[in-house]
Amino acid sequence: MLATRGDFITIATAAGLALGLPLASGAEADAADAPPAPAPVSPAAWVQIAPAGTVTVVVNKAEMGQGVATALGMMVAEELDVPLAMVATQFAPADPRYIDPAWGDMVTGGSTSVPDMYPLMRKAGATMRAMLVAAAAQQWGVAPATLSTKAGAVIGADGKTATYGSLSALAATLPVPGDVALKPASAFELIGTAQPRIDLPSKLNGTAQFGIDVKLPGMLYASMVRSPAIGGTPAHVDATAAKKVAGVTDVVTTSRGVAVVATTYWVALKARKALHVQWNAGASAHVTSASIQAQHDAALAKPGIVQGTPAGNVATALQTAHKTLTATYRAPYLAHATMEPMNATASYTGDALEIWAPNQVPLQAQKAAAAIVGLPLSAVKVHSTFLGGGFGRRLEHDYISDAVEVSKQIRKPVKLIWTREDDVQHDLYRSGSTNKLTGAIDANGNVIAIHHHVAATSVTARWAPQFIQKQQDPYAMEGASTTPYTFPNFASEWSPIETGIPVGYWRAPGANANTFATESFIDELAHAAGKDPVTVRRALLSSNPRALAVLDGAVAKAGYGKPLPAGHAHGVAMVVWAGSIGAVIAEVSAPKKNAITVHTLTVAADVGQPINRDGLEAQLQSGALFGLSAALYGKITFAGGAVQQANFDTFRVLRMDEAPAVRTVVIASTASPTGAGELATPPVPAAVNNALFVITGKRYRSMPLTEAIV
Amino acid sequence: MIALFINGTKHELDVPADMPLLWAVRDIAGLTGTKFGCGQALCGACTVHMNGIPVRSCSVAVGDVAGQKITTVEGLTHDGKPHPVQAAWHAENVPQCGYCQSGQMMSAAALLASTPKPTDAQIDDAMSGNICRCGMYPRIKAAIKRAAGVA
Repeated sequence: MLATRGDFITIATAAGLALGLPLASGAEADAADAPPAPAPVSPAAWVQIAPAGTVTVVVNKAEMGQGVATALGMMVAEELDVPLAMVATQFAPADPRYIDPAWGDMVTGGSTSVPDMYPLMRKAGATMRAMLVAAAAQQWGVAPATLSTKAGAVIGADGKTATYGSLSALAATLPVPGDVALKPASAFELIGTAQPRIDLPSKLNGTAQFGIDVKLPGMLYASMVRSPAIGGTPAHVDATAAKKVAGVTDVVTTSRGVAVVATTYWVALKARKALHVQWNAGASAHVTSASIQAQHDAALAKPGIVQGTPAGNVATALQTAHKTLTATYRAPYLAHATMEPMNATASYTGDALEIWAPNQVPLQAQKAAAAIVGLPLSAVKVHSTFLGGGFGRRLEHDYISDAVEVSKQIRKPVKLIWTREDDVQHDLYRSGSTNKLTGAIDANGNVIAIHHHVAATSVTARWAPQFIQKQQDPYAMEGASTTPYTFPNFASEWSPIETGIPVGYWRAPGANANTFATESFIDELAHAAGKDPVTVRRALLSSNPRALAVLDGAVAKAGYGKPLPAGHAHGVAMVVWAGSIGAVIAEVSAPKKNAITVHTLTVAADVGQPINRDGLEAQLQSGALFGLSAALYGKITFAGGAVQQANFDTFRVLRMDEAPAVRTVVIASTASPTGAGELATPPVPAAVNNALFVITGKRYRSMPLTEAIV
Repeated sequence: MIALFINGTKHELDVPADMPLLWAVRDIAGLTGTKFGCGQALCGACTVHMNGIPVRSCSVAVGDVAGQKITTVEGLTHDGKPHPVQAAWHAENVPQCGYCQSGQMMSAAALLASTPKPTDAQIDDAMSGNICRCGMYPRIKAAIKRAAGVA
């Protein structure tokens, strides 16, 4: 990894100390098939200390609520010995010098930001601290080893102090140490503690700048109408009436739709309704939810592509088993529905393009934009703002390209904002999933075999085809091929489905649907064996003590097995995600028609070393309720290639009166940190479903669960 | 010209009367703390106060509220002092992405103005029109109780 090479350098600045990396090409240390990072022309600063003492940490990740700016700031502050209150953050521009070395790209996804950046950010802080100590030693004529640091100052053996700010100019002239020691976890004062978010004040007084808040001099506003049937393109546009609306400046036809440009957004919205557009039917104009389901069912009737290395021999185990079960589970398509609708601001002048956008992939957006306007990357600047939610939706840059296409045609700065209806009806959706499982138990009630066949549409085949080697689709099979359990006999198969409906990564891709099937089915096997579901899981975890500790942590916190109020029941489910292990226990009461009340969710997690303890707990709470929203209500359906939901009245999401308390258990660990932002989402639907079985004696096998209760 | 008193300041806005208050506040008055989420009064992100009453500004025509007193999140802070709701939101470290939180705080501030010691049911009733996709409902509820001084 990059950060182990100890090759920071100082960057020339007007005043103060800035640390950068001479080379940002860490990709060769990682997956051999990852593309090499472009060679940078000059170093980029990651951490700067101003003479006033403020420490600025450049954040190369999207802040979409997960608290990454705070976590990265804490990593630097810990090693630098400054209070978090002295740390400010700024978002990195789209620039290959700011790539995440493990991705070889600027990507915020897959719960990888903290694990990927932990070595680099700590090393930056430690290196800077060593240089400030060296500066004080030189100034005072003493040996560096006699000095200590605390709260943004160097302290001499005689008690005299010098603030980092006062030392930063001198430190910038000193050589950069090649190797600095990082603190042992036992010396952490900040990492692992609960801290307020760095961005908290701006998110409480209305000053946080989201993409939708960008305003440029002379900026116009745009709203774009798209084909109701996904993939359709404009065939004939009658803009006569729209152009007559006062304030409309342009009507622009783009590759995906027709945009009305106006002096205010409201005028653009109004005039859009006066547009008359005829559409060329796209390739998916025939698609219905039923047609997709028929594709899934047909695929599951045939063998799929074997994923990973099967364990034992499932066929033999099924023949000799005491009891076997087969079940089919279904998960619907889902929209992301971030609270901030898709938007981007673009300013094209003919020889330069500047973009402001809430996004998770600034370099990919830059590349796509440069292709649209025919400019070199060096002429295209991308500024990242706060994101009003991401959940994977902003790993795409379709909404940025829309704004670029419009600005290209009008040669003026323009902010293009999607309506909520645009957002729900033109997402790249969580694929529907159909999961067929066969399992076996022996005479002692032990689960001895699982066969799991998944039919769904691959995101990775489009988004990162280089990750698919030998027809192995890791993200698609998360939660199916990967579980915390050891089954003596196990095999999984994958049937990729092409529907014409675009799919995208959605919080905990693959696992969010597959875990519903896996964990509901293990519960079925446990009940078929006449055993407690926790007992069955504990037996399957006998060779995974880390996962066992997570399960036991959830069991203890939830009071599993202790008496509950009449009509209440517990259900349990687990997941492995991004190197972390999670367990969820749901307490649910007797459902009514189309209504399920979840009283508490208990989430236990082992994510290695926590960074911001409160941020971690917030992510577990957030992940769990995101999963509950999907479990109870989430559903996108298609007719004639068009989405049948449009706004929050038809695409229902969880509200406060439906939200249970979420209790968290964080397993103490000093192991390298692993992902936390998505971990709690996948187990929730199965945990709720497994509790429902205890109450009703009925096994529900499709989401959303409220529609299963009749 | 349509006159509004926003956060105690008179604004003369040259806008069509049918423009929703949301866009007048954001794009014309330049107060972008109030957010667009759905345009149909379904999500609460655009909640502001009109004469102290919470309204969904995406669904109120600015012409219908001419001359009225409007308070946005930027006006919650008084004389540099955070509103009790903002202080409680800070203490509970409520926001994740933060996009919905202006609307959440405006709904909560209106609730506490009319119901200083709300029950759980009253909180649910007042807040269920405000969606938080990050799922920070338990923290929002805890913050409201903290601001109200109820357990």
